[in-house]
Amino acid sequence: MTVSFKGKKPSRRAFLKGAAAVGGTLAGAGAAHAAGDPLITEVQPWNNELGDGVDVNPYGKPSEFESHVKRRTVEWLTADPVSSINFTPLHELDGIITPNGLCFERHHGGAAHIDPAKHRLMINGLVDTPLVFTMADLMRFPRENHVYFLECAANSGMEWRGSQLNGCQFTHGMIHNVMYTGVKLKHLLEEAGVKTNGKWILPEGADASGMTRSIPIEKALDDCLVAWKMNGEALRPEQGYPLRLVVPGWEGNMWVKWLRRIEVGDEPWHHREETSKYTDLLEDGTARRFTWEMDAKSVITNPSPQAPILHGKGPTVLTGLAWSGRGTIPRVDVTIDGGKNWHEARMSGPSLDKSMHRFYFEFDWDGSDLLLQSRAHDSTGYVQPTKDELRKYRGTNSIYHNNGIQTWYVNKHGEAENVEIS
Amino acid sequence: MSKFLNALTASAVAATMLATPVAAEKLGLGRTATPDEVAAWDIDVRPDGLGLPEGSGSVMDGEELYSEKCSVCHGDFGEAVGRWPVLAGGQDSLTNERPVKTIGSYWPYLSTVWDYVHRAMPFGDAQSLTDDEVYAIVAYLMYLNDLVDDDFVLSKENFLEVPLPNEANFFMDDRADGELKEFAKAEVCMSDCKDAVEITARAAIIDVTPEDAEARKAREAKYSAEGDDAAASEEPAAEEATEEQAATEEPAAQEAAAEPALDMALVEAGEKVFKKCKACHQVGDGAKNRTGPVLNGVVGAPFAHVGDFKYSKTIREMADEGMVWTEDNLAEFLAKPRDYIKKTKMSFAGLKKEDDIAAVIEYLKSFPE
Repeated sequence: MTVSFKGKKPSRRAFLKGAAAVGGTLAGAGAAHAAGDPLITEVQPWNNELGDGVDVNPYGKPSEFESHVKRRTVEWLTADPVSSINFTPLHELDGIITPNGLCFERHHGGAAHIDPAKHRLMINGLVDTPLVFTMADLMRFPRENHVYFLECAANSGMEWRGSQLNGCQFTHGMIHNVMYTGVKLKHLLEEAGVKTNGKWILPEGADASGMTRSIPIEKALDDCLVAWKMNGEALRPEQGYPLRLVVPGWEGNMWVKWLRRIEVGDEPWHHREETSKYTDLLEDGTARRFTWEMDAKSVITNPSPQAPILHGKGPTVLTGLAWSGRGTIPRVDVTIDGGKNWHEARMSGPSLDKSMHRFYFEFDWDGSDLLLQSRAHDSTGYVQPTKDELRKYRGTNSIYHNNGIQTWYVNKHGEAENVEIS
Repeated sequence: MSKFLNALTASAVAATMLATPVAAEKLGLGRTATPDEVAAWDIDVRPDGLGLPEGSGSVMDGEELYSEKCSVCHGDFGEAVGRWPVLAGGQDSLTNERPVKTIGSYWPYLSTVWDYVHRAMPFGDAQSLTDDEVYAIVAYLMYLNDLVDDDFVLSKENFLEVPLPNEANFFMDDRADGELKEFAKAEVCMSDCKDAVEITARAAIIDVTPEDAEARKAREAKYSAEGDDAAASEEPAAEEATEEQAATEEPAAQEAAAEPALDMALVEAGEKVFKKCKACHQVGDGAKNRTGPVLNGVVGAPFAHVGDFKYSKTIREMADEGMVWTEDNLAEFLAKPRDYIKKTKMSFAGLKKEDDIAAVIEYLKSFPE
């Protein structure tokens, strides 16, 4: 066999591969009469040839067969990808934790890349001593770990006027749920000493949008974290590396990324993201401001438009997610007939405060049309409303805080569609 | 303001949150911020004017600045280009089916405009405006919203004199008083809750969801009960074949191209400089026209070479004269865009450093068509 190679010599692996191919053909011929699944009766390449050595991927990646599992954007939503949003593929995930690389992104001036050695956190305003911390300083404070969901207030915002986007990634994917490690904001504020007239804080980002939001001091001293880890590893750049604010249960826009400064003041600042944006315009032309808490919400992630039933009738697993900015989710109800009859779903996995919860409902699909809905109950007794119940209070122009019940129509082929029902 | 405070107090009580900071032991970490450091970062402005610096700017000056730095995205009259924010008009539209939320129709406080323009605009060149320039642009935005006349000059002193018309129409979150009570149900219906169900809206009819054929195929291969052989087994083989082909063909292709070598260090430096351009231009695989045209292959290409982009009249005329982008004329253009192409739509002020210009051109050369 004479083969001339330009450039690189054939690797040992390529050589083995060639040999395996020859061997495979022979084995194939020999096993022609074996009855059964050839995946079982014939030796498969991965069964025969060696796999990757260690360090082929020093930072591990998902299987090549999962390459379709990714965040996706909807181009027409925004003017430009630098100030835009993409969506978490909820229909591809299970359990309650969102993998770091799949957490949806929302930037207002692009994702900044900041050297942690050059990052500073300043606390100023109505404090006894204005302070500057380096990342190294922050690591010396006592740390805490908490799993919290972060939901953009505009999640499901495209659905106010009726069913629009076909897939839970797009209707509900402006959310993620990760474990944060960081220091309680309270400790940092105490270090600077908040003056008695300090009633509000203004966290500010170091990115090109200089994101700012006003947060009442009560929340700042209650459960807010200044975090540098997500799911055990450093924050991803698109999630605010090296430092972000965590504001449990409250709208995602307040969780300032690339956090560089916290000012203490006696009044709110009414900045752009709490006036022009993130205020809820009602039908009569007035608008709610400071709608911070995220109402209880749920969505069925499978089946759903991007995750149709492909196995035909018979045993079927329905699953989804539920969360509340006011506590835990002790119960989720599920209907498969458009709300004529409801069934209590089975909750599985940890039930943590202001974290996503996973639910399942297993049923025997007879192949007929389905109208699927889920209805979350939170620990305060609040029950997720229907979209029409919500519209009575909000009209259709409020963009934000749409937590109405989602409906998927599943036809006899198992294909699902985003619909609304009477 | 007092109305707001009342609403706020009521809500704080309703929310039953912790009230006062607890005195705690300090760790003595961090260091005291210097007054200059605080001044450098503490740029925020409040509705009561706290944080406004000394300075002033006229509608007239603002118009010039706006047309140079803002109009490319926000339109000459604040009407917006594409999906960029509309800044003017929309008065009395808030109860319409499609409300237009602008500074004049919706925003409650002028201070928000000052603060935001100062901290985040122009998009892609944040915090580059002087205080007087911000006053002037804000004055012009007031003029575009019919709040002042064309001879108006905005300053720190008169800043609070012109309130925005929609201020009174904002109120504190009151979900607790209405919806939260109604939606907190002790009992919910579980069976025979309704007789008939009709579908009233369908996303498939609107059809605005991006398609993903790859994901669909991958899922079908994985979850389908039947027919997975065809989808699963054939494709990897095909992929391997093309990979092998690519592996043997690549060196030859590289030889054939024989392009002058790029200075990779300069390309890398150029990538950083290109951040200034990214707000409007894309390059590389999958690049699309944005506010500005795709820049793949621009060096060596005729003027206005991107067929589906709407160039300014001047650049189209130059194209008709047979002008071609060279490293030299591109450098001249990038130094002062408006001098090189009169009335170019590119609102970028220009790159000041020659090194930056050379670097960004090298970077652009690394994306041949």
